[in-house]
Amino acid sequence: MSGLPLVLAANAFDTFVQTLFKALALGSLYALLALGFVLIYKATQTVNFAQGALALAGTWFLSIIFMDWNVPGRWIGGPGWVHWFIALVLAAAATGGLGLVIERLTIRPMIGEPVFSMAVITLGLEVVVRVVAFDAVNTTPRVLGIPWGTETFKIGGAMVAWSYVAAIGMAAAAFLGTWQFFKTRTGVAMRATAFDQEAALAQGISVGRIFAIAWAVGSALAAISGIFASMPPWGPAGMASREGAFFAFRALPAVILGGLDSAIGALVGGLIIGFAEVFAGQYLARYTGVLGAGYQQVVPYVVMLICLLVRPYGLFGTKEIRRV
Amino acid sequence: MRGRPNFYTSYESESQLMPTTTKKVLLGLFLLVLVLMPFDLPVIDQIPFVRFLGENVWLRLINRTMTFAIAALGLNILMGLAGQISIGHTFFGGVGAYTAVLLGGKGSANLWGWGLPMWLWLPAAGVVAAVVGIAVAPAAVRVRGLYLGIVTLGLIFIGLHLSRVFPEIAGPGALGRKWPRMELRLWKEEEPILDFSRDGHWFWFDINKNQKTYLFLLVVLILMAWMAANLARSRTGRALQAIRDRDVAAEIMGVPEYRYKTTAFAISSFYAGIGGALFASLSVQLPPEQWGLIGAVNFIAALLIGGMGRVSGVLMGSFFVMTSHRFVEEIVDWMKHQVEEAGTFSALFDFFISTGRGDGGVVSVMETALGYPLPVSALDDIIFGLLIIFFLLFEPQGLYGIWIKIRNYWKGWPFSY
Repeated sequence: MSGLPLVLAANAFDTFVQTLFKALALGSLYALLALGFVLIYKATQTVNFAQGALALAGTWFLSIIFMDWNVPGRWIGGPGWVHWFIALVLAAAATGGLGLVIERLTIRPMIGEPVFSMAVITLGLEVVVRVVAFDAVNTTPRVLGIPWGTETFKIGGAMVAWSYVAAIGMAAAAFLGTWQFFKTRTGVAMRATAFDQEAALAQGISVGRIFAIAWAVGSALAAISGIFASMPPWGPAGMASREGAFFAFRALPAVILGGLDSAIGALVGGLIIGFAEVFAGQYLARYTGVLGAGYQQVVPYVVMLICLLVRPYGLFGTKEIRRV
Repeated sequence: MRGRPNFYTSYESESQLMPTTTKKVLLGLFLLVLVLMPFDLPVIDQIPFVRFLGENVWLRLINRTMTFAIAALGLNILMGLAGQISIGHTFFGGVGAYTAVLLGGKGSANLWGWGLPMWLWLPAAGVVAAVVGIAVAPAAVRVRGLYLGIVTLGLIFIGLHLSRVFPEIAGPGALGRKWPRMELRLWKEEEPILDFSRDGHWFWFDINKNQKTYLFLLVVLILMAWMAANLARSRTGRALQAIRDRDVAAEIMGVPEYRYKTTAFAISSFYAGIGGALFASLSVQLPPEQWGLIGAVNFIAALLIGGMGRVSGVLMGSFFVMTSHRFVEEIVDWMKHQVEEAGTFSALFDFFISTGRGDGGVVSVMETALGYPLPVSALDDIIFGLLIIFFLLFEPQGLYGIWIKIRNYWKGWPFSY
């Protein structure tokens, strides 16, 4: 995800503002993706490696619903961007449904099995969903019909893409929603399940239902972040494309940095990784000869490695208490 | 004790690799079949499964499988014995392969390569990979479980980036560069002593390059498998298993966790390096993306499908992972022929094979077709993913577990326990 080409603004301050927005936007995307990972991890204690494939499936759903079927638009009038957001919700719901089916078929029977086995099941799922989604996406280039397209606006001398604002807004909404969700009855039940599955069962919490909810919400988040990551200034330029399936892996450093089981960690980790990547890309560009083209994509992993040396469970992750 | 195979009187006899005569004889026969498999011999050609594996097309695949199996044996030491999750095994394979090409490859104006002989680049590939493994270990030992998995995943991306930073080693374009052939020279002389990559004449036989490579790789694989099996029953192996079962308990009993985890990383990377170098040498030319995530998933799949922690399981799993694609293709091909020529089963397979758009088949007859009637390559990827899920859900012990169940059935017969 290379971002906007390095457009040099008029002066250093404008360049800084421009970079700041770019970093905030990328950080928000990472945080969104990380939130999907964290939600599923919190309920099931498993990293869902299929998140990227689900994201690709989500973008495909959106282009089918919005572009091919013209779904809200064929029934209701009103401005186009309202239609797009309704289609976005529908696509997220469709992906959430897919997540539900996957959870019921492959994850539910694994309750109580070693977490690693479950993680590898999601690796297998990743292969299946990715190949199916590749095949679905690749027949024709699928446009997502993003209402703000490639438009930008200016703050002082700095160019800011509307997609940046959209990504930041979406992430803020998602995190507010999650924060509220954890206060509800179901949210508390999910936290209890994350703490101890057996104890939660003994309290009358349906662990299976919590799994299902986490997978549905996690998949929907994957779809949303996948769609926002496909917007014009970033790689695929408003299309559903194969790259989408691999973008989620780039958010893994953010997940680990923040701690696998912390929603706040996902936010902070995502922002740190986003800032590190974008700022390194902007201000170390003159050393590209030494660092190699595309070095900024490796920055997240380096940051993650350094952080893990100091804090093995991430910044906000719960320390595992190990007993004999 | 003679005649009582399950009666052990000492620890040594229980941990023997070959406890019974039956096992020795069967393994001997199996090895004999393996050695003779690629040749057109009257008896070997009658054994049903072996008959077609000796053909050149299959033999090339078997050769690749063996290099894959060498690296998978390494991952088995790390994951099966020491219980450390690694999704970055291909990274170490890549380190080995690029060491090999740096030492053994041909240099030019913008490519580095010193043209050294194989007896140097092959062990060096393993050693350099092991050193890199040791270098990574301090970071990897501190983190546990899935955190470790993702850290090792990060290695892959860092490795891919490094291959872009050093086009002198990795080759400039998307095609990658050419690896040294498998041939034994003393030093840089013109004629190699032994050449495993050209057709030739050994003793009184004509032997083609695939058969030569096969024999060479078979020797290497047997050596490596034997070493891996022995490692599991050595002091180091027991320490690693103690750490796998409960690391805190192991440390309390005086097993230095840090040192043994580092050892596990080093040994596993050594195997990966050797396997990677041989694999690359076999494939002649490879892009850096070869050492990416998909390969790493294949390794994990091989371990899970075969059965983690057992050498025989890993070998079975490697065979399964590497050949399943080809088997699916062959089966689909056969189905296609049945449909096209209106064979016995054509009515049945017509539901499955799509000969044109809109006849409800799942698989397209076109090789490169995209979209809903799936191309065969997509189908075998999907089947592969489903198999991983299937094995984890229904047979966590893998192929090895199935084999144990079958064996125990006959062992206890006519009783069911």
